[in-house]
Amino acid sequence: MEPIKKQSISLQRMVDLFENHRQLLSSSDTAHLSEIRQQAFAALKKLGLPDTKLETWRHTDLRETLERGYDYHLHPLPEDDLQKVFRCNIPHLDTTIIGQLNGWHVSKEVPVMELGNGIIMGSLSEAKKKYPGLVERYYGKAANDSADALTALNTAFAQDGVFIYIPSGIKSPKPVQLINVISHSENIFLQSRNLIVLGDNAGLSLVHCDDSYNHQASFSNIVTEVFMGENAFLDHYKLQNLNNDSSLISAVWFQLGKSANLNSHYISLNGGLIRNNIRLLFNGPHGNAGLYGLYLMDRKQQIDNQIFVDHAFPECTSDEVFKGILDESARGVFNGHVLVRRNSIKTDARQTNKNILLTDTARINSQPFLEIYNDDVKCSHGSTTGQLDSEAMFYLRQRGISEESARMLLMFAFADEIVGKIAIPQLRLRIEDMVKKRLQGELQICEQCVLHCSTPEHPLEFHIDMEKI
Amino acid sequence: METDSNKIIDEVTQGEYKYGFVTDIETEFAPRGLNEDTIRYISERKNEPEFMLEFRLKAFRHWLTMKQPVWAHLSIPPIDFQDIIYYAAPKKKTTVGSLDEVDPELLATFNKLGISLEEQKKLSGVAVDAVIDSVSVKTTFSETLSKYGIIFCSFSDAVQNHPDLIKQYMGSVVPYTDNFFAALNSAVFSDGSFCYIPKGVRCPVELSTYFRINAANTGQFERTLIIADEGAYVSYMEGCTAPQRDENQLHAAIVEIVVRKDAEVKYSTVQNWYPGDKNGKGGIYNFVTKRGICKGNHSKISWTQVETGSAITWKYPSCILLGDHSVGEFYSVAVTNNHQQADTGSKMLHLGKNTRSTIISKGISAGKSNNSYRGLVRISKNATHSRNYSQCDSLLLGPSCGAHTFPYIQAENKSSVVEHEATTSKISEDQLFYCQQRGIDMESAIGLIVNGYAKEVLKQLPMEFAVEAQKLLSISLEGSVW
Repeated sequence: MEPIKKQSISLQRMVDLFENHRQLLSSSDTAHLSEIRQQAFAALKKLGLPDTKLETWRHTDLRETLERGYDYHLHPLPEDDLQKVFRCNIPHLDTTIIGQLNGWHVSKEVPVMELGNGIIMGSLSEAKKKYPGLVERYYGKAANDSADALTALNTAFAQDGVFIYIPSGIKSPKPVQLINVISHSENIFLQSRNLIVLGDNAGLSLVHCDDSYNHQASFSNIVTEVFMGENAFLDHYKLQNLNNDSSLISAVWFQLGKSANLNSHYISLNGGLIRNNIRLLFNGPHGNAGLYGLYLMDRKQQIDNQIFVDHAFPECTSDEVFKGILDESARGVFNGHVLVRRNSIKTDARQTNKNILLTDTARINSQPFLEIYNDDVKCSHGSTTGQLDSEAMFYLRQRGISEESARMLLMFAFADEIVGKIAIPQLRLRIEDMVKKRLQGELQICEQCVLHCSTPEHPLEFHIDMEKI
Repeated sequence: METDSNKIIDEVTQGEYKYGFVTDIETEFAPRGLNEDTIRYISERKNEPEFMLEFRLKAFRHWLTMKQPVWAHLSIPPIDFQDIIYYAAPKKKTTVGSLDEVDPELLATFNKLGISLEEQKKLSGVAVDAVIDSVSVKTTFSETLSKYGIIFCSFSDAVQNHPDLIKQYMGSVVPYTDNFFAALNSAVFSDGSFCYIPKGVRCPVELSTYFRINAANTGQFERTLIIADEGAYVSYMEGCTAPQRDENQLHAAIVEIVVRKDAEVKYSTVQNWYPGDKNGKGGIYNFVTKRGICKGNHSKISWTQVETGSAITWKYPSCILLGDHSVGEFYSVAVTNNHQQADTGSKMLHLGKNTRSTIISKGISAGKSNNSYRGLVRISKNATHSRNYSQCDSLLLGPSCGAHTFPYIQAENKSSVVEHEATTSKISEDQLFYCQQRGIDMESAIGLIVNGYAKEVLKQLPMEFAVEAQKLLSISLEGSVW
């Protein structure tokens, strides 16, 4: 029986829930982890749920979302059709799939698998029991509960999620695909917690998908902590494709060791409210991070990208490029904040946000902040908001290309700066196809997995007679 | 190189603020502290009509409900608003007919500041309104200007002689509810300048106000109101200095500009309040609300500011672009050194169609100072085909200073274009090397590069100011690199 059924989310309700089920929530915790949970609960009570009076929440009002009635489950739901999860594979790409259904790890027979080369992956709640020392060393070290109420809420309540550990010197032979599917007959509120640890010189490609299968409303509060050791390499992809009543709050806390190399791509295709809270800390010198985002929103959807990059060590490089196309009454928020601390000499930080508004009802708030306490740096930021280049449009039209095709071509070219950065060719092909579908308004969430709507065998085609150009 | 740099830093930090003297003028004060009696006292001293007192009291009552804002990137020591004298006026005559009647001490003060009222009148053809502490002491050129129908006088005179205009426009751009310091100013403001340019008149001379804080323990609260009627044009300049004192003094001013159809106002400021000593002791806290409204179509407001002084600067000259095809411009050079803090920038609110705005902001920080640009560009739904271009660069001189950029961009329609770009860096070693290689010593080279960096803004200043500003820039920064 659900402890909360069809009820709105309020601080008091969550406090009561915690106090009534304290035992159950920390049933797989060690003493140390349980302590972290208690502290997070205290932080949550102090902070309260965020409202628009907070600077970082000024443009995103959670009230409407929170007031919808949700079910909250303290136990995994019966898995009706596990095959759904595995439909999300990418054609011609061999991946290791880790499935999550409504925030719970699905494969019950092998909750945690340990591969021959020392790679561990599987359910976080099992990993807490099986590898307590390993989990304790990292859990809660990157996510700061006192800074963010929803992270505190997650730390206080999260029961399961995914744990991935790549030991030092090991490169994961296959990309790992983490699929979180939301599928339930009622509106659901879920919180899951992922912990990803890469040892020194370790390498991983991680494709992280958030998908929904039906039209039920959902509210997901997902926190992921990523630790990268010295010289580690992570190629990270986040694909978000949810229905229009879904709200997804995704906080990812990256911690990069010395000379670590991160490339992270956020592709937000659909979703009622998506808030990406990306917090990156350089925890050693010579780190290198590329953060790339593409958001394509329409109807009354809202996308909110909050990116904080902390250059706490010298000679690190960060590059942020976020681009978006907003149609109909969509709303976009970009809040980038680069902090260069006193001793972080030779920092190179770039920040770019570009937006295209297609209608007079779409809105964008762009806040690219720089906070710099050192003179030996190279920092820049840029933000543009506009429409499709009229001269480029004229050029194409002049050559006999229909307005619709020309518009598509230009929008696709705009998006391609981000899509083109995807390093896995099969995945790039797949995303190109999805972006194209999305721009043509064909990509909808359907009974089937959206990722399965097509199998692109050929590269993208626009109906353009190339001879005319 | 290392010893050179230390020497240069020493020279700069020991360089004196040359306007730091105090003039011994007999001054009358309001009692210390702030309550309704203080406000009644000020209003009574100034012999104000009833509506002014009411406006002040309303503002004061509203101010009591407000809290000092904390959002700026500044660390502001607590200000005891009851420990300030809200009204200080040089004694002697209250009305001055000609320069001969002005207190000779006062004239000497302005001569020492390099603003000889007499000379200015004869040579440069600039009309000056000189405000010392709370009171406007002398406005030159008024008679000549009145031939054109231009009203240029102190705010108090305007209250006496043109109450209708004051009633109509005062608080119409910056209402007393606007913010904490605007409410405070509205309650206790003492004087300031008033300027009205009638329809179709192009003001033949540059108008200028000179603000000077002299008395100790006082705050200065002046208020400027400029109205340009249809087709009018005026270029307005403002300068400020204060004596060197150990305690901090508060300056909270309001500037309101109303521009009607086809009119243009160009407002230039060289702000050189005492910045405090090299340990951050003393200096002026400068909390200023400056805002203009382009009411009619094809109107234009241009703000140019050179900020070198003040211990703390909190200032965001803004434009409300209400009329179609109206234009807003903001050019700024903000220099901070030692322990100075500045949080300054601009707001451009696009409401009319085809409105255009430009923001060019150049921040230079040295020593242990922090210099922030904070700006808002808002394109509302109806402001179709609007255009904004913002560029805010920061130059960092030395390893202990900070330069920050906080732009807020909101776009709400599909036909407008908003562009923002910013870079932060130190002086390029290549440029320095190039200059030095050609026999230019380092200090001059830095001066040259900084001047070149600020050129885009300085060239916007009226000639009289540009010279002063360039000198100021080199004094404030002289070789403070490394």
